Amino acid sequence: MIPSAFDYARPSTVQEAVRILSEAGEDAKVLAGGQSLIPVLRLRLAAPSLLVDLGGIAELRGVSESGDELVIGAMTRHADILRDPLVARYAPLLAQATATVADRQVRHLGTIGGSLSHADPAGDLPSVSLALDAVMTIAGPAGERSVPASEFFVDYLTTAMQPGEVLVAVRVPKREGWGTHYEKFNRVAQAWALVGVAAAVRRENGSIAEARVALTNMGTTPLRATAVEQALAGALASADAIASAAASAAEGTSPSSDVSASAEYRTHLAKVLTRRAVAAAGGIDAA
Amino acid sequence: MPRISLTVDGVRYDDDVEPRTLLVHHLRERLGKVGTVVGCDTSNCGACTVLMSGEAVKSCTVLAVQADGADITTVEGLAGPDGKLHPVQQAFHDRHALQCGFCTPGMIMAAVDLLAENPDPTDEEIREGLEGNLCRCTGYQNIVRAVRDAAAAMRSAAAPQESVPIGGGA
Amino acid sequence: MTVTDERPAAEVGAARRRKEDARLITGRTMWTENVALPGMLHLAILRSPMAHARLVRVDTAPALREPGVVAAFSGRDLPAMGLPCAWPVTEDMVHPDHPALAVDEVRHVGEPVAVVVARDRASAVDALAAVDVEYEPLPVVTDMEQALADGAPLVHRDKGTNKSYTWVFDSAAAGTGGSTEEAFANAPVVLRRRYVQQRLIPSFMEPRSVVADPTGDQYTVWSATQIPHILRFLLSVVTGTPEHKVRVVAPDVGGGFGGKLQVTPEEVIAFAVAQKLGKPVKYTETRSDSLLSAHHGRDQIQDIELAADRDGKVLGLRVKLLANMGAYLGLVTPGVPLLGAFMYNAIYKFPAYRFECTGVFTNTTITDAYRGAGRPEATYAIERIMDELAAELGLDPVEVRRRNWIGHDEFPFTTVAGLTYDSGNYEAATEKALSLFGYDALREEQKRRRESRDRVQLGIGVSTYTEMCGLAPSRVLGSLRYGAGGWETASVRMLPTGKVEVVTGTSPHGQSHETAWSQIVADQLGVAFEDVEVLHGDTRTSHKGLDTYGSRSLAVGGIALVNACQKVIEKAKPVAAHLLECDVNDLEFRGGAFRVRGTPTEEPGKTLADCALAVFAAHDLPDGVEPSLDADATFDPENFSFPHGTHLCAVEVDTETGRVSIRSYVAVDDVGRVVNPLIVEGQVHGGVVQGIAQALFEEAVYDADGNLLTGTFVDYTLPSAADLPDVVSDRTETPAPGHPLGTKGVGEAGTIASTPAVVNAVVDALRPYGVNDIRMPCTPERVWRALQGGAS
Repeated sequence: MIPSAFDYARPSTVQEAVRILSEAGEDAKVLAGGQSLIPVLRLRLAAPSLLVDLGGIAELRGVSESGDELVIGAMTRHADILRDPLVARYAPLLAQATATVADRQVRHLGTIGGSLSHADPAGDLPSVSLALDAVMTIAGPAGERSVPASEFFVDYLTTAMQPGEVLVAVRVPKREGWGTHYEKFNRVAQAWALVGVAAAVRRENGSIAEARVALTNMGTTPLRATAVEQALAGALASADAIASAAASAAEGTSPSSDVSASAEYRTHLAKVLTRRAVAAAGGIDAA
Repeated sequence: MPRISLTVDGVRYDDDVEPRTLLVHHLRERLGKVGTVVGCDTSNCGACTVLMSGEAVKSCTVLAVQADGADITTVEGLAGPDGKLHPVQQAFHDRHALQCGFCTPGMIMAAVDLLAENPDPTDEEIREGLEGNLCRCTGYQNIVRAVRDAAAAMRSAAAPQESVPIGGGA
Repeated sequence: MTVTDERPAAEVGAARRRKEDARLITGRTMWTENVALPGMLHLAILRSPMAHARLVRVDTAPALREPGVVAAFSGRDLPAMGLPCAWPVTEDMVHPDHPALAVDEVRHVGEPVAVVVARDRASAVDALAAVDVEYEPLPVVTDMEQALADGAPLVHRDKGTNKSYTWVFDSAAAGTGGSTEEAFANAPVVLRRRYVQQRLIPSFMEPRSVVADPTGDQYTVWSATQIPHILRFLLSVVTGTPEHKVRVVAPDVGGGFGGKLQVTPEEVIAFAVAQKLGKPVKYTETRSDSLLSAHHGRDQIQDIELAADRDGKVLGLRVKLLANMGAYLGLVTPGVPLLGAFMYNAIYKFPAYRFECTGVFTNTTITDAYRGAGRPEATYAIERIMDELAAELGLDPVEVRRRNWIGHDEFPFTTVAGLTYDSGNYEAATEKALSLFGYDALREEQKRRRESRDRVQLGIGVSTYTEMCGLAPSRVLGSLRYGAGGWETASVRMLPTGKVEVVTGTSPHGQSHETAWSQIVADQLGVAFEDVEVLHGDTRTSHKGLDTYGSRSLAVGGIALVNACQKVIEKAKPVAAHLLECDVNDLEFRGGAFRVRGTPTEEPGKTLADCALAVFAAHDLPDGVEPSLDADATFDPENFSFPHGTHLCAVEVDTETGRVSIRSYVAVDDVGRVVNPLIVEGQVHGGVVQGIAQALFEEAVYDADGNLLTGTFVDYTLPSAADLPDVVSDRTETPAPGHPLGTKGVGEAGTIASTPAVVNAVVDALRPYGVNDIRMPCTPERVWRALQGGAS
């Protein structure tokens, strides 16, 4: 189908984008890679009056280092993330999850900022940003502000960004020496995750020193599996310890029941997949 | 209406487009490039796949205005100027990798893109590399075979001429 | 003279690369959506968001004020045009009116309510929002059993019932076997199961599209249809336009699988609007329109009972079926279950059989033919319950089948359902499949995994199927009250340069007729494969035919083609005799040339091309000889075609998540003699995968309000390459004795065979856990629930 008519702006700076969005009000939408937005427009589930295309803003693309952080421009494409040496070194979890996003065509256009701003709880990158303790840099009429991932995802398809604001960059603390894994479970390869688990594990000697675990599609926002993380901290790096920690993966979650899966099954999957993800991240055979 | 400039299969086009025009509709309805087709409205089927600046994209999920300045290759632009089929096209023909042929333009373009990145994929890598393209006729098996064959053909075409081994002869 | 060539055929049997590909791989294909005519207008259709409602008001006037809009119509503005159902299966079948554009009431979500005509597609779509419709909601029923319950909401209030028909076959009454009551009364083993054939959506890749072009009192209709000839006939009937004024063209058509075996509301609306405005119009559906409103398939509840003795010998079978018609009856909707009625007995010999089917109306999209149409459903149920019998008796599933199947020396064999199977060799196909599969080794591995309580369990499924295809003997269709015949037709035109044009009444949409027909003609006439052009799908060139479905094109159309070729040779004979100055009776036709019998083949003789040129000039023909070699043949089969085979599937089931992965799949099919092995293998691959998709992936789901929850490819999950295994495909070859080429149909075989093979494997993996059924599709969640002992 054909989207409803809209006006189109293609600013070349963030300031210009913010200005246009502020003037347009709530009826404007930001166009990043378009891979989520354009299907929504085609099905006429949304009919914005103005699309502000960030594709012309060069400064939003690319990955760089800044002290102990990686700074990933919001318009950095999934395909770029997959090839980026800094991501591979300091945030391999992001690359692992990005490799599972949709398909190669979509990854050629879709962007990290678009995925996070869309805030679909079934999306793979929101939970990863949680697990990595990412911080969002947001530009708005009053300048830039930082919002941690834990406060960025507010509700279903809703972020802490206000109208007129634009996601500029995702800042990810550099981590080396962590094992990471993204475990995704879907009905068919190109489907959204029924449940996904992002895990990062730092081992010390025979123990798990720290773990970060976040869940995809277990509520209206991505969720940290705090109980699992706590149980893993200092635990023996063993299959039993991981299994026991993973048993609390669904604590505090509120998964939906829909045509793809029931809440009960999602709850079950969260536990199984958490065990598998943590074990894989920690390099532990969890058979 | 914004004016955009596209190079499609080697020909440059300058057109005014409504912002809501999808790239695939621009190609089909304005430029007459009807070799690229529309199979769905949710970016699942991949029938509309074209190369944009050398990379496969789903042209039903790109606005024409987003493609401004891009170099687009469609299935119509793959064959050589003498009509010689691209190795992927040839392999699809040889391996009976199409039946109704509706998914074929997109499938071929996705395969071309996959092989550009990975010239020697395993069957599993081919299957995963084509996950964004649906086919309802072939069961995909002959498509996988075709992509494998095309990969081999392209590798051998790209390889430097081997010298005759010692003891060998013509 | 001899017209049959004893020499081994050069083309038939060769893995010829397809002629069709040249345009399909270069983007030079002619899809209906590519048709663009001067002044062409575009249609957009407003579809009901309500599953059942009275139309209080449909006001299209506001849409006329929108930019670019030329016209807009509701059902009241267009002439009454009821969509046809060609298969009134019983005399008393309830057959409701089915307007192309709703008039008073809508009965399923997606039903067309209004049509907007505009200068461009975007304007037409935009203006839909301006059409003012007031719906008065009516009660909705989507579940078949609820629909049949007392006091259920009525889909058609004027009919007083949601039951369309009940159709019964009983072997005792038909004289084809005994009474099931007796068989069951004395049986030591009786199994009862309920199987559910979920609703599927055919999901051809090319969305349907139609262009209607009025020129004077003539109409040309391009449509993405499987049935240009039937469409022409029925458009004429439905719209009251004389048939000779209607031309239908099915250009390149992107798949159908039965889904384009329909006369659609959109075709009729486009025709009527073109007629009313005197301008060409086009309508192309979106994928979401298509999933919502193009007809669906399957959707049956099968209560099946099997009686057997303790040795596993089947004594009788009873089947009680509920078949969801949807809200109306499509072209062959009521007949689909009947095509299965004769297949529940499958390849087995047993004495008593009873089948009863009730067609039920619900507030859902209509169902109709989908690849296999009735036969996959039947095969699924019998093959599933044969596994249950094996489990009940502690026998190997293959052994149970062996004890019941028809031996290769028993053909022709008349079954308890009254069909006469002409040929088959179930032993050979099964042996080959078992050996390719490595059956014994897999059973060993299964045992080990069971014993070690492996998290991943192995399951093995078998399906020994046959099917009736090659639709169909006209007399049989008549006895089943189908509205048309089952013959097929072909014409062969000899051009003066010796090239050949073949016109076929079949209408391919992926089946490769241009290639396969060329191979057949090349052998028959002794001409080069490249010198044959196959024309199809345009009623101006192919005025007659019954189109493509039911694996009929080669099985029926192939014979018409051979017969037409033989007639050409007959017609050329006096011409050749005249050129060779010999007696007609001294001629033989061999390798494309006529020679005096006994002449060495090095002698050039007179080729058909020589004869074609001679009749073109017509300067020197014998008296009374028609100056033409062209010939037509129409063939009506006396029997169906009965391909068969054995499919084996091994699955791995993750008992923690319930995920099923196919580990290996072997298909050994006997489709008789093969014209082109490349094409046959392609049909098997595709068919098997569609059956796997039913077993594991696909389901159309409605909520209680009649909303389709799987209305895009996001939710209606077609498998991609990444979700599927390689299939090991092989063949045995038992030629069809009644067919001059010995061929049988192949289009549906894979789909019919594979669904039960996969589900049998999944259930087999889980039997140690007390599981004896899982509803399709066997999603991870359903498998997991079955393992929890809950409802699957």
